[in-house]
Amino acid sequence: MAMSQTLATDGPRGPKPRHTFSKRNIFIYGTLFVVAVYYLLPLYVMVVTSLKGMPEVRLGNIFSPPLEITFEPWVKAWATACTGLNCDGLSRGFWNSVRITVPSVILSIAIASVNGYALANWRFKGSELFFTILIIGAFIPYQVMLYPIVIILREIGLYGSLSGLVIVHSIFGMPILTLLFRNYFASLPEELFKAARVDGAGFWSIYLRIMLPMSVPIFVVAVILQITGIWNDFLFGVVYTRPETYPMTVQLNNIVNSVQGVKEYNVNMAATLLTGLVPLVVYFISGKLFVRGIAAGAVKG
Amino acid sequence: MSAAANPSVSIQDLTLSFGTVSVLQSLNLDIAEGEFIVLLGPSGCGKSTLLNCIAGLLDISDGRIFIKGKNVTWEEPKDRGIGMVFQSYALYPQMSVEKNLSFGLKVAGTPKEEIDKRIARAAEILQIEPLLQRKPAALSGGQRQRVAIGRALVRDVDVFLFDEPLSNLDAKLRSELRVEIKRLHQRLANTMIYVTHDQIEAMTLADRIAVMRGGVIQQLDAPQAIYNRPVNRFVAGFIGSPGMNFIDGRLEEVDGGWRFGTGDLIVPLSTYGFDKQPVAGPAVFGVRPEHIGLNSGSGWPFSAKAAVDVVEPMGSDTLVWLRLGAQSLSVRVPSERAPQTGSQVEIGFDPMRASLFGEDGSRL
Repeated sequence: MAMSQTLATDGPRGPKPRHTFSKRNIFIYGTLFVVAVYYLLPLYVMVVTSLKGMPEVRLGNIFSPPLEITFEPWVKAWATACTGLNCDGLSRGFWNSVRITVPSVILSIAIASVNGYALANWRFKGSELFFTILIIGAFIPYQVMLYPIVIILREIGLYGSLSGLVIVHSIFGMPILTLLFRNYFASLPEELFKAARVDGAGFWSIYLRIMLPMSVPIFVVAVILQITGIWNDFLFGVVYTRPETYPMTVQLNNIVNSVQGVKEYNVNMAATLLTGLVPLVVYFISGKLFVRGIAAGAVKG
Repeated sequence: MSAAANPSVSIQDLTLSFGTVSVLQSLNLDIAEGEFIVLLGPSGCGKSTLLNCIAGLLDISDGRIFIKGKNVTWEEPKDRGIGMVFQSYALYPQMSVEKNLSFGLKVAGTPKEEIDKRIARAAEILQIEPLLQRKPAALSGGQRQRVAIGRALVRDVDVFLFDEPLSNLDAKLRSELRVEIKRLHQRLANTMIYVTHDQIEAMTLADRIAVMRGGVIQQLDAPQAIYNRPVNRFVAGFIGSPGMNFIDGRLEEVDGGWRFGTGDLIVPLSTYGFDKQPVAGPAVFGVRPEHIGLNSGSGWPFSAKAAVDVVEPMGSDTLVWLRLGAQSLSVRVPSERAPQTGSQVEIGFDPMRASLFGEDGSRL
């Protein structure tokens, strides 16, 4: 063409073309697909099984979709499944878990955020030592502390009660949450804190009016960590509560592991899904905020 | 109080150390009422630390600080009568400009009408009235810094502290705001203490400059005095851009007159005003690039021939690097008179405008 001959160079120009089915893309998407299937398959089996009746479960085709969809197992798991003497299903455990999780989350985050703020901004004498002790606390295995805490709770008269468990959860959430908040507050510009001091704001006034409004992302992270952590807890629940106050996880275990009668796999699957629903919903709602906050509170210093 | 006059800010024997690291060592500084003091120095010289000590944001190890005749050494920042402007503006991001300005007053429990009145005045002075309802994120750097100044302004303080307030701005905005700060000082006539590492800011704004190094004030004087008669080699090298030319050599007395020499370069010092009785021995001769004449006729007490090494055009001026014997010398000339690289030129200067430093670096 005449046109192209007039150009000084006839070489490539503009954006480099990208092929949809390049070797690279096939490799990346192939890997992602395999990993996704690997993780989703058990979930699929659970959902499908929970929607089948017992006769269909006994056929043993665990991957096949249900011929006849029934919500009977879900209803039974929630309302009538038996654990020990009680036959009111998981509903009792659900409300116990709510009554444990909500105050624990609020209490632990309220205390830990003030801890982190004080450690990051108000360097007091011995603050480094205090912080070190707190961090070491995070590395001591829970099992070591189980029995001493039983005694402590018994002595203060809270053993077996929900408040006892709330206190335990709040204490055990403290090291990691304090670390999280300290690092976040330390990452906020120091001059902001200085400016507030020159403006005459005190400890609480700076915390409530300057720091808190800037820390929504890290609070979201803390709430998610605590909700999932406390909701999924089994060990403390089983040790520090009585059958009437068992959290949902402990009750799920009792339903699934009951030795009498036929194993009702569909009810077990439904009960497990019900128990896992709360953290799952929390993740779905706050996924984006969670990632943003985690990046903001990344461990440094 | 020991100070004779009635200084606005008086710092007496201020010492600050972190563990074994000593940042400030028994520093004394008296600042007059309405004076604009610039603390100037390289990073890590303790200038910002000194400012934080005056503000009360750092606990000092020893010494006393007086503001308006009141000993504020143990006072909280809010009770010292100071307002502070930070490099990163430090505006509260979740509050509107108006809330930013009123925060300190609200904390202090000032009545609503008084707050409104003061905000209106500050907004008028700084021309930020249209921005009052905006959040800091919706402001440009220059506007943010203006709001930050406003936050100090509304508190009706005696002393303004500026901690490198213009360092985060681009060059054009920086020079604009520099003029505005100077205008603000002329209008308010408050005492201002201004920390910077930018010598242009220091020279243009200050009534007096305190050049600092290693936590010690090297020289405290008017900008012109610091520029023309630096007390030591550090100050001489730090002030002035492009920097002063330094020539190592010896100071000798010949036939009753003093002269400076190195190799075959001999500079007679008959016009130089010695600060102290000179002693023969090693010395450093310093002369600013703008004080050397290039092909500018005769009549200089000292003149010599030199070869042009490098020519650096800088717009209004051109910096010419010369070889004078074994020495390298820079000369600042108007651009239209810049010589060709490689040519021979005639240079001359008057030792009266030069600086001579002894072996210990102090001015002779």
